[in-house]
Amino acid sequence: MPADSVRIAPVPEEQLVRVGFVRSAFRRVEIGALIGAVAVWLLFAAVAPGNWLSVTGVARILDPASTLGIMAIAVALLMIGGEFDLSTGVMTGTTGLVAGLLSTRMGWNLWPAMFVALLFALGIGYVNGMMVTRTGLPSFIVTLATFFVLRGANVGVTRLVTEQVYVGGIDKTAGFDLARAIFNTGIDVFGVEFRSSIIWWVVIAVLASWVLLRTKYGSWIFAAGGDANAARNLGVPATQVKVALFMTTATAGWLVGMMNIVRLRSAVASQGIGQEFVYIIAATIGGCLLTGGYGSVIGASVGAIIFGMAQVGIVFAGWDTDWFYSFLGVMLLAAVLVNNYTRRRAQEISLAAAKARTEG
Amino acid sequence: MAQKQPLLEVRHVSKMFGSVIALSDVSAQFYAGEVTCLLGDNGAGKSTLIKILSGVYQPTEGDYIFEGKKVVLNSPREALAMGIATVYQDLSLIPLMSVWRNFFLGEEPEKRFGPIKGYDIKFAKETVRSVLGQMGILIRDPDQPVGTMSGGERQSIAISRAIYFGAKVLILDEPTAALGVKQAGLVLHHIVQAKRRGLAVIFITHNPNHAWPVGDHFIILRRGRVLGDYRRDELTQADLMNLMAGGEDLVKLQQELAALLEAPLGVAGESPNVQEVISAS
Repeated sequence: MPADSVRIAPVPEEQLVRVGFVRSAFRRVEIGALIGAVAVWLLFAAVAPGNWLSVTGVARILDPASTLGIMAIAVALLMIGGEFDLSTGVMTGTTGLVAGLLSTRMGWNLWPAMFVALLFALGIGYVNGMMVTRTGLPSFIVTLATFFVLRGANVGVTRLVTEQVYVGGIDKTAGFDLARAIFNTGIDVFGVEFRSSIIWWVVIAVLASWVLLRTKYGSWIFAAGGDANAARNLGVPATQVKVALFMTTATAGWLVGMMNIVRLRSAVASQGIGQEFVYIIAATIGGCLLTGGYGSVIGASVGAIIFGMAQVGIVFAGWDTDWFYSFLGVMLLAAVLVNNYTRRRAQEISLAAAKARTEG
Repeated sequence: MAQKQPLLEVRHVSKMFGSVIALSDVSAQFYAGEVTCLLGDNGAGKSTLIKILSGVYQPTEGDYIFEGKKVVLNSPREALAMGIATVYQDLSLIPLMSVWRNFFLGEEPEKRFGPIKGYDIKFAKETVRSVLGQMGILIRDPDQPVGTMSGGERQSIAISRAIYFGAKVLILDEPTAALGVKQAGLVLHHIVQAKRRGLAVIFITHNPNHAWPVGDHFIILRRGRVLGDYRRDELTQADLMNLMAGGEDLVKLQQELAALLEAPLGVAGESPNVQEVISAS
């Protein structure tokens, strides 16, 4: 090599600073959600300590958090994969109606009816995924269309068949008792009833987190959302990953739909409408970036807990429940600001270190 | 170079986009253990040629010969499977993902847990640390997102990855563009490392100052044709600079500009020749 070539000096050991505790804490995806959860918990512990600090209080909080958490986990995976799904809320209604109508009107056993509802959900998820990946349209628009189509069909078909906007009497169908025992029953713990949907939620959270962080498919989800083209150049089947994620949110919608109908013993045509944004909020509070490639399943679950605490805490505190959504909006903004700040801080620290390493 | 067989060769390759000729009758040989610099100005056909080499485009005419055999590549995946790896300027790493996830993306090591397979994260982190360490990149924290690393470090990681996964041909698309002197030096360092490991390195650049220190063989492209194909001992750094800058056109431009300086004000700026020369080069 000629004399004018560039020599690289080895970096002396003392320049290698250990990764600080603060920096690693800042790098936690879930940091905003955790801070938020602690803040909300402290708030209601101060305002309504009596109910809040009881086993009943915990059971009440975890009840709405569980079904929301299941949805938020699936939505978080999809958002990490770089896409949106606005048809998740209405899907919980649609699947309930499909299973309800088949079992009560056609006289089917509830289990095959639920199975057909699952196939229906998977089909919708597949269509959503294919439309987004084939056309290149934003998933926001595609799934908004799906949302409205299903919303109309839910009411239209239900009224056509039952002349009402709900399907009742699901508890009289064959197979109902087993379905209720499996999907949503009360479990007595210390004399307080906990919903079995909480167990589903915990199992799904552990499973989804394992897939996301400990399998190659998790890396593919991050890559598909981070930069789908770069991922494809390296042989990652980004399109298939995205389609599979749309089918996952649809499946989660089906599961929550089944939990709702066995609990309520009926299916309501308006079920789930408006909930799609709550799922996205929980996932976003949990650290998901709207631009994809970043987020956490555990964070989304913590987001669901915050939602449950707010819903129950406002009642315990004796506040006007009309303000619930305003409270949620403030929580969303605060969590996103914290997430944004911590991510930027972590990056600034790393960038400064990179500069020190290579610029001397 | 009759005594050595080229690892990769293109013979009389042309590429047309409709009626536009992007590449015309280009022949080039690339040898194992050598750095071939592909130089040329914007629009010279560099990117068309590397897209043919990396399997993105198929040539309209001409042959693609790898390890002595004529092959037809239909996709970058096929090229990669044969050991022809391309590191694009920005398209190789996912900024929000950690170093180890990026390094093994698409080639994840797996470990069996009973009937199910999980990502062997421990192996991935240790391997990344040691492989990059051998390349002179010290990774303190493999969990660090790639987006927080410097441009030179990122290029170096992408190059190390291609070497680790057994590439025989390494195509580097403008790896030093938009980098500072030290950062570019880091990348050149890794180009030499790749060469020493016996890879055929194809280094695309428009900067002769980056090409000269590492190149064994220089191919200069101009308007879709090979303007010159030189071994290192066949030319000097000044020759290379001159060829790159446009040679005769540059001399002409200098004369035009000198004339413009001496011309009386008022008629200045109306010399159409200057415009012509600039747009032609």
